[in-house]
Amino acid sequence: MGMTMTQKILAKHAGLESVKPGDLIEADLDLVLGNDITSPVAINEMEKFDKKQVFDKDKIALVPDHFTPNKDIKSAEHCRIVREFAKKNDITNYFEVGRMGIEHALLPEKGLVVAGDVVIGADSHTCTYGALGAFSTGVGSTDMAAGMATGKAWFKVPEAIRFNLTGKLNKWVSGKDVILHIIGMIGVDGALYKSMEFTGDGVASLSMDDRFTIANMAIEAGGKNGIFPVDDKTREFMKEHSTRTFTEFEADDDAVYSEEYTIELDKLTPTVSFPHLPENTHTFDDIGDIKIDQVVIGSCTNGRLQDLRESAEILKGKKIADGVRVIVIPATQQIYLDAMSEGLIATFIESGAVVSTPTCGPCLGGYMGVLAKGERCVSTTNRNFVGRMGHIDSEIYLASPAVAAASAVAGKLAQPADIL
Amino acid sequence: MKANGKAIKYGDNVDTDVIIPARYLNSSDPKELAGHCMEDIDKEFVNKVQPGDIMIGGKNFGCGSSREHAPIAIKASGISCVIAETFARIFYRNSINIGLPIMECPEAAGAISEGDEVEVDFDSGIITNITTGESFKGQAFPEFMQKIIDAEGLINYINRK
Repeated sequence: MGMTMTQKILAKHAGLESVKPGDLIEADLDLVLGNDITSPVAINEMEKFDKKQVFDKDKIALVPDHFTPNKDIKSAEHCRIVREFAKKNDITNYFEVGRMGIEHALLPEKGLVVAGDVVIGADSHTCTYGALGAFSTGVGSTDMAAGMATGKAWFKVPEAIRFNLTGKLNKWVSGKDVILHIIGMIGVDGALYKSMEFTGDGVASLSMDDRFTIANMAIEAGGKNGIFPVDDKTREFMKEHSTRTFTEFEADDDAVYSEEYTIELDKLTPTVSFPHLPENTHTFDDIGDIKIDQVVIGSCTNGRLQDLRESAEILKGKKIADGVRVIVIPATQQIYLDAMSEGLIATFIESGAVVSTPTCGPCLGGYMGVLAKGERCVSTTNRNFVGRMGHIDSEIYLASPAVAAASAVAGKLAQPADIL
Repeated sequence: MKANGKAIKYGDNVDTDVIIPARYLNSSDPKELAGHCMEDIDKEFVNKVQPGDIMIGGKNFGCGSSREHAPIAIKASGISCVIAETFARIFYRNSINIGLPIMECPEAAGAISEGDEVEVDFDSGIITNITTGESFKGQAFPEFMQKIIDAEGLINYINRK
């Protein structure tokens, strides 16, 4: 029986000729990731191991990004635990405030993940690196601890759903609209325990930033991972960012998929997920007047340079509507610098937005943009659960950077065509 | 091993943000986390939960964030077992890894009502609704996962290997 991309990567890392869905395997890990919320729990668990050393100080990435720069005393204590652990174990890839970024934007930028890798991270959006042709998946803190100690993790080999992408996206439609459309179609548990493999002629037209966004939200459909084949754009990205050698895996022609869908990219239009589930998608033909209080442009889903460019293109020379607060968060220091040199930061500030240092902050209702009772936010983040960004009676509308920027100008949910 | 308690029931897609909101993730103390467990969808949970109680969920229980604080909070609040139609995969792994008993059983998840007295026999996988007399067969764990459960978590399992 043929294997999917994911199955081939897992087989290789388990030292097996082949694997099939349902097999329980133990795979070698190329990287183990944690942040300031999940790592302290993992570090505490590490203490329970007979062997307390990390398996490889170069293959662990610790990124305090959620509640940093420290939002309160307790968060500061958590960050200190991570910092001291990194120092004690001489962890190569510990990223301090000032050199850090949001983990899933930072790791590819630093060249720490390449095609063919197996990566686990104690953060659900670890699936982002599938954009590079790697197998990466989110786990909890105990798995992270076991990964740090042994360099291995157990997996149940997943089935896969194939998404055959055709055509090309229209102007102001991006990777976010693709993945929201897919989640709307299959539901928040539509890919439960499964891989989401994105293939087809349409892939070539997607930028790496689009692909990162799409793979990032595989978890929002319940997926174990999302993965793209490697092409010239992927190779170019990896050569620019990494010195590591990479391995390309292609699905076999006779690979078996549990379901197959065709997504016509040119037919997609700006898509918004209404409260309180990412599957509650709407397009602008059925969106009425929905006044908003806040806009967030950023996160591991949409805080990359393309996202900032698209938002700035819409905000250029315009003013944010009265009564709307806009928070722009470049995902890494490098993206921040690039956005500055391109003049994007000036555009945001001139339009009336605030620009923050990289942090996950508002996405999970941590800080830097918490919502009050009854407030509505258009956000380029990834979850619109009850209370996710603040009060349980607040509302989150998930959208692309283009829709978020257009909505900021309109003062209500809007697509770029409404204001340009 | 058996669990026995009153059922506390929720719907589909109970996410880890409502199990333990991120605003409390600046702590990793199980007792402190348990003090806020479920509060965004059920303010009364922390007052009504009794040691041994059994949590019932619908589809995709534990979806969203990978925070292990979620099963930790449920376990520390006294819940002896979570029964759901399906579990989100990271929550499923985390529960096994930290030793929170969970069982996938769509029939039981559907039929059990809030307040019913429920007994779970982990050896046989039989779930009994003592209030109504009905019984159900839960999904057995693969042998490998059962070994982790028997070792009371992943770390002990690895230490013993």
